[in-house]
Amino acid sequence: MGKTPIKYRLKLPSQSDNLAVIRDLVTKVATQVGFSNDDVSKIELAVDEACANVIKHAYGSNSKKLIDVLIKVDAQKLMVVVTDKGKGFNPDDIKLPRMNEYLKEMRVGGLGIYLIETLMDKVNFDVRPGIRNQVKMIKYLNKPASASDAN
Amino acid sequence: MEGFEVARSENGGIAILYIKGYLDAHTAPDLENAFQQLVDSKKFSIVVNFRDLNYISSAGLGVFMGFIEDIRKNGGDIKLSNMKPKIYRVFDLLGFPTLYDILEEEEKAVEKFSRTQSKN
Repeated sequence: MGKTPIKYRLKLPSQSDNLAVIRDLVTKVATQVGFSNDDVSKIELAVDEACANVIKHAYGSNSKKLIDVLIKVDAQKLMVVVTDKGKGFNPDDIKLPRMNEYLKEMRVGGLGIYLIETLMDKVNFDVRPGIRNQVKMIKYLNKPASASDAN
Repeated sequence: MEGFEVARSENGGIAILYIKGYLDAHTAPDLENAFQQLVDSKKFSIVVNFRDLNYISSAGLGVFMGFIEDIRKNGGDIKLSNMKPKIYRVFDLLGFPTLYDILEEEEKAVEKFSRTQSKN
């Protein structure tokens, strides 16, 4: 792959049956770039979670709104940016749940952000409610040394 | 199109749900309905056979979380079986194996119910 990143973009009505369409494109691109099946599954799930959050929470299942998914690939990484103009969320609320307590309380929902953070190598939330909310997720083809050293 | 199906059967008084396809935010309500029907008809001993499930997201996991408490309060349980490694990894990532009985085979899950019930 050359130095110029390749971009794919989907703009779809914010409705849950489009999750399958989004997953389909993301898995095809990730497979083509050379990610292992395991990593492709992780990327697929993380992107699904980010988009499901937009559909359910940011737009409150209003299918007139559009969900914007940008996939960018270069020689080192795959980046997915999910953008919406909906309600957004308070970044303080997305602190990762302590799973033991979480499971003990048998809480429903709210696992999406935890999964995104766990499945991807780098995640960034830029939340400006009503203006533009963005989740940027990166998976490296070969994890940088610093990331694997940390484990 | 990536669909989802749930079929119901029974084995010695234990309800079995066979789930197939893709379980995500779009299809989770179908599984929710299936559980609700079982709870409404007071069937609290449930095995979910994942044999033909290819995908699960947190919306799908949330369905199990939503029913487990109520079902256990009524003396029942949801036991899970026949998961593909890809699906098990998602459960494992969230620590669900500490909360649910996950068995390799449906028969083993059914037997486990019978053993628990004969103890009582």
